[in-house]
Amino acid sequence: MSTPVEALATTEEDLKTRILYRLMRLAQDRWRTLILIIPFTWLLVFFLAPFFLVLKISLAETIIASPPFTPMIEWVDEGIMHVRVVVDNYAYLWEDDLYVNTYLSSLKISTVSTILCLLLGYPMAYAIVRSNHTTKHILLMLIILPFWTSFLLRVYAWLGLLADQGTINDLLIALGIIDEPIRMLYTHFAVYVGIVYTYVPFMILPLYANLEKLDWELLEAAADLGAKPMATFFTVTLPLTLPGVIAGSLLVFIPATGEYVIPDLLGGGNVLMIGRVLYNEFNANVDWPVASAVAIALLLLLVLPMMLYQHIQGKETESHE
Amino acid sequence: MNNGKRSIFLLSMLSFGIAFLYVPMIMLVIYSFNKSKIVPIWGGFSTKWYGVLFESPEIWEAVSLSLRIATVNACFATILGTLAGLALVRFGQFKGRTLFSGMISAPLVMPEVITGLSLLLLFITLKEFIGWPDQRGFTTITIAHITFSMAYVAVIIQSRLAGMAQDLEEAAQDLGAKPLRVLTDITLPLIAPGMLAGWLLSFTLSLDDLIIASFVSGPGAVTLPILIYSRVKVGLRPDINALATIIILVVAIGVVTAGYIMLRQQKQRERDLKMTAEET
Amino acid sequence: MSKTPDYSERPWLDPEAEPFIKVQSVSKHFGDFTAVDSVDLDIYKGELFSLLGGSGCGKTTLLRMLAGFEKPSSGSILIDGVNMNDVPPYERPVNMMFQSYALFPHMTVEKNVGYGLRRDGVAASEIEQRVEEMLTLVELGQFAKRKPHQLSGGQKQRVALARSLIKHPKVLLLDEPLGALDKRLREQTQYELMNLQERLGVTFVVVTHDQEEAMTLSTRIAIMDTGRFMQIGTPTEIYEFPTSRLVANFIGNANMFEGRIVENGTDHVVVESKDPSCNFYIDHGMSIAEGTKVWVALRPEKIKIAKQANGDTGTNSIKGMVSDIGYLGGTSTYRVLIDDDRIVEITSPNLSRPKDGNPPIDWDQEVFLSWEPSSSVVLTK
Repeated sequence: MSTPVEALATTEEDLKTRILYRLMRLAQDRWRTLILIIPFTWLLVFFLAPFFLVLKISLAETIIASPPFTPMIEWVDEGIMHVRVVVDNYAYLWEDDLYVNTYLSSLKISTVSTILCLLLGYPMAYAIVRSNHTTKHILLMLIILPFWTSFLLRVYAWLGLLADQGTINDLLIALGIIDEPIRMLYTHFAVYVGIVYTYVPFMILPLYANLEKLDWELLEAAADLGAKPMATFFTVTLPLTLPGVIAGSLLVFIPATGEYVIPDLLGGGNVLMIGRVLYNEFNANVDWPVASAVAIALLLLLVLPMMLYQHIQGKETESHE
Repeated sequence: MNNGKRSIFLLSMLSFGIAFLYVPMIMLVIYSFNKSKIVPIWGGFSTKWYGVLFESPEIWEAVSLSLRIATVNACFATILGTLAGLALVRFGQFKGRTLFSGMISAPLVMPEVITGLSLLLLFITLKEFIGWPDQRGFTTITIAHITFSMAYVAVIIQSRLAGMAQDLEEAAQDLGAKPLRVLTDITLPLIAPGMLAGWLLSFTLSLDDLIIASFVSGPGAVTLPILIYSRVKVGLRPDINALATIIILVVAIGVVTAGYIMLRQQKQRERDLKMTAEET
Repeated sequence: MSKTPDYSERPWLDPEAEPFIKVQSVSKHFGDFTAVDSVDLDIYKGELFSLLGGSGCGKTTLLRMLAGFEKPSSGSILIDGVNMNDVPPYERPVNMMFQSYALFPHMTVEKNVGYGLRRDGVAASEIEQRVEEMLTLVELGQFAKRKPHQLSGGQKQRVALARSLIKHPKVLLLDEPLGALDKRLREQTQYELMNLQERLGVTFVVVTHDQEEAMTLSTRIAIMDTGRFMQIGTPTEIYEFPTSRLVANFIGNANMFEGRIVENGTDHVVVESKDPSCNFYIDHGMSIAEGTKVWVALRPEKIKIAKQANGDTGTNSIKGMVSDIGYLGGTSTYRVLIDDDRIVEITSPNLSRPKDGNPPIDWDQEVFLSWEPSSSVVLTK
């Protein structure tokens, strides 16, 4: 008979193999769960949880401490839990004109920019779809190329163009069109230019994808039935490409609302956008609860468009099946 | 004729649009060769700013950091994004699908200030509770980048998998391939181009990110965008123009090469189709 | 005196034959929607069996359940005596040819065809040999190294066929096999499929919406509608002996008349009808009570059309006026107005060439229609 020590040894090895075997079986049967669980957990931890954190902090008070906000749950003598939730920050947002104006200004700027992107992007996308094969490829490449270059540097380029001693003013003065340089930098105009410049490819690509799938015979049928080109566009083309229009618009509107770099670099202190305010609140004022409240409020503003976008994306993938 | 008017309209919009996109970049390039320190004032042709750029140690450090972050980010994001895309297309209805689907598509449209702020708060809270991350920098930035990059990869993978893919997977099963086999024999080769595209996209997005990196970075970890931003905030700088020119050049070579390869493939495909048509 | 009947061509008639595929009370629900509604089916070895129906009738769902891609919500499927309910598609002795062909785009024709054998662990040398044989069989020998995108539609189909037959499956499932081919190719492929099937002795189950295809190819057809079988039988049975108006109208054309049974004898039945105003004399007895409302189906090719009356009118004959003629070269289709309000369709071969360029029967001509006692089909549903 084997000694207890030897017996123990065999069971240990046995245990290891058994565990390994169990794991392998688990992998085989539940490989689907494994595939899912890795990205799922990552997103839970690094995407979802942080939002709840922001929410929690937005409901706290600012204090001089590290971290500079009051904890939500405090244990006070003999295990009594004290929960402190403060909604002052939201009230502050609502009452302070600066915040309300900034939100409104951000929405206004992003809406106008979206419309401008649409007005420029739609004809461009249309023109690309209608061009011949090789030209199409080249044009698409031209549209995509800026997208892959540094966004920051391209916005920076406008600094040089829009400055008082910048290229555009120089050109206009040289051509004799104006005598004094026009104030372009650090104005709303500059921000609009910057946003349209940066986001127009995001408008063109979904529109292009949508237009590509359009059945051109439909336009011919409409013409055959007596519709003039303008009428055909508004009654046939536009309704059919509406999903692309909406997708492109959301892709511009939602991120543009929270833009930071463009209003900071091109707008200076004159253009109020919520992204800048949030950043400053956080860094300059070290007012985390307020910054968090600003973020949550922005999120609430954008939640409907975001859900709309997701809904459209879902329908897109469905229509492929 | 109406058609002519419309064509002129389209053509002019297209030309204007392309010009609008490229003129600023061309100006960047031109002024990188400007001898004068004040960018918009032309002082003669000179390449000295490239010299200044190359001799600046902060630039090199920032480039190195950004490249490292971008590479690690691209690799992880591609893996995670592919897994996510696979799950969403192939797994049908599962518990928590709506939540997962929402989490995967939200980063695509979420304003960066919100993601940046929330991640920073997470890292600070984590440090308080479990002591990690001790220093914010490479690791935290990479984690943040992976989180939004994987969303882009997932979208690409999902679109590759829609359509014919299901038929092919069923055909493989019908011929005797077990599910894991189907994955390696059929699914992965099918999505491989998508994975490559996703890798490149993640790499670029990471390299270009300013806001999120600003939030989750720490002292000493200066990425290229952070460095550039701090410098241009004070005004125009020709060495930044030089940097911009280099980046534009690299990207242009990449995009043109990729476009050329794809065009060649397309021509080959057309030749194949013609060949089969002629044979029948 | 009587020799043992030969059931080899018609195994379903043999009382002792065991069906190769047994579908027993199989249903499939998708949420609230019932795609397949408790169907029973027996398919015998060596048959070329078609599931025929319009879109949404459930035929593709049934096929996928045979393949293993869908699990029956209830009921069971047996193949060669083995219950397949828990058997995944990669373990079934069944192979499928997909409507889209589903050729692996990143593999050559050779690799595509050999895929199933590689999964079975067959030796490489044997695989090579069998692939070569198979490609020769489908006449694609010289395309072995090509990739799918370098093939025409017909060639792709043959690769798909080769790939699905190389493992000698007991059953081959085909999903709309001829759907994507043009007319010329379709006819050619129809005969190739039939020959192949006979040679290899594999049981084929075909899903199609094309009547002509089903009639040409099959040993037996099952007509499906909203998840149920309307009728199962040989092409002749389905065409000449439909069991419902739905089936009669589904295959080919049929003139449908309403009437009542007025006489029910042991060897004959008479149906009286207001529309058309004549009686139908059918030369076999039926177990239907007198007075029951029935329908009579009469196929266009069974009606004789003449310029003079033939015998008495009133039973199995009626007078009318030609309102339309469709000339098809070999046959003509006549639309004849009877009782001033109803059109009857007749197809007739053009047996003789017209004299002086005038057709034998012209528009607006008065004509007399008649048909044999055996030509009418009485339907109760």
